[in-house]
Amino acid sequence: MLIVRRDICGYCGCCVSVCPEGALELIDAYLSVEKNCTSCGVCAKVCPLGALEVVNEG
Amino acid sequence: MKGKYDVLVIGGGPAGALAGKTAAEKGLSALIVEKRPAIGAPVRCAEGIGKEALHEFIDPDPRWISADMTGATIVAPDGFVMKLGSEMAGSKVGYVLDRKIFDRELVWKATEAGADVAVKSRAAAPILENGYVRGAQIEYCGKTTEVKADVVIAADGVESKFSRWCGIDTTVPVREIMSSVQYVMTDIDIDEHSTVFYLGNDVAPEGYLWVFPKGKRCANVGIGISGKKSGSGHRAKDYLDRFVNKTFPDGKTIEYIPGGVSVCRPLDCTVADGLLIAGDAARVVDPLTGGGIYNAMYTGRLAAEVAAACIERGDVSKKALMQYDKAWRESKMGKAIERNYLIKEYLIKLPDTKLNDIIHSVSTINMKEFTTMNLIKEIIKANPKLVLELGALAASLR
Repeated sequence: MLIVRRDICGYCGCCVSVCPEGALELIDAYLSVEKNCTSCGVCAKVCPLGALEVVNEG
Repeated sequence: MKGKYDVLVIGGGPAGALAGKTAAEKGLSALIVEKRPAIGAPVRCAEGIGKEALHEFIDPDPRWISADMTGATIVAPDGFVMKLGSEMAGSKVGYVLDRKIFDRELVWKATEAGADVAVKSRAAAPILENGYVRGAQIEYCGKTTEVKADVVIAADGVESKFSRWCGIDTTVPVREIMSSVQYVMTDIDIDEHSTVFYLGNDVAPEGYLWVFPKGKRCANVGIGISGKKSGSGHRAKDYLDRFVNKTFPDGKTIEYIPGGVSVCRPLDCTVADGLLIAGDAARVVDPLTGGGIYNAMYTGRLAAEVAAACIERGDVSKKALMQYDKAWRESKMGKAIERNYLIKEYLIKLPDTKLNDIIHSVSTINMKEFTTMNLIKEIIKANPKLVLELGALAASLR
């Protein structure tokens, strides 16, 4: 699943623009992740700060 | 805030402000909703704009101009410096703005013209009727209100969601998002009247690093790299920190600004039934420079003009609103986007050695009119072989 490191996130919205599922939304200073996130990791790759991580469940 | 407007504008940046202002000037009722609690903040921008481009919309005012630029410098991957200037000594070629004040000014002008504005108000969902966009659900302090409109203009920026909810795919390809970070730095040695662009794969892969002066010993120091080149240990912030530690070790960072800039082609279609898309949300950023302020103001104004004409005729169908899509694509701005997209695609494929050769060919360029286009023409003049490589593109550059 996708983890947002809120201590690192600069709430800029770079990740939102590349999400192929439209699963991310920037609500002012809060990045929300919707249920349709497939953990594809595209957002984690482009994040300028490294605030997003895909971690394996189980 | 009323329950019904002629035009509902999502987003209070330059595109939204011009859309709201223009709609109001056309005698329409208009509401601008901004999800953030303040217009203009946080800044997500390097704040540069050409002098002529700005003048098309607003007279310059020292309250929101941080610095006047009289020239620019390009630093090649090997450190060679190319100086660009205007043929008329001392003339201004551009400005570095103070976006916090500038954006506020634009929204003020919209409200002066008669537009309403609501901050901390987020468009949470579109209102759809028979396939037409007819307004939006607006969230404000825990309450959701229905705001109906004849036309919605989505100017919700790079992180745009509204048009996506209306069925338009706005996804930016990974290789075409500039993953960016900028520090506002003080106490640094700079030429306060010249912007500096650093190129090269070690400095900023498939992007560039910039120093845009904000005044004496103060500048926006930032970087954009291709999303494709970004990853753990080599992100925009890693590249910027390396540069800053080397170049401005004693500088102080007074603002920390991450961001994303799209350098893809614009959306295939920027209208739908009852909907127009403007600014960064329409992906109309200049793909070569990453500059988006002018294009946002241009498309924001045009969207409202077309909306007003269509509302008057009583037809806000996609077909009727297509006039907007067609008009901006055929405009000078639309053509520049397409041409600069092709130039960008050419440049990002060049190895550093080739980039060095090109920049070495000219150490000083003085242009009559200081534009990206004239710069490219001068570079081609000094590198006639480029004409062959650029093929059909070169013809369009003459």
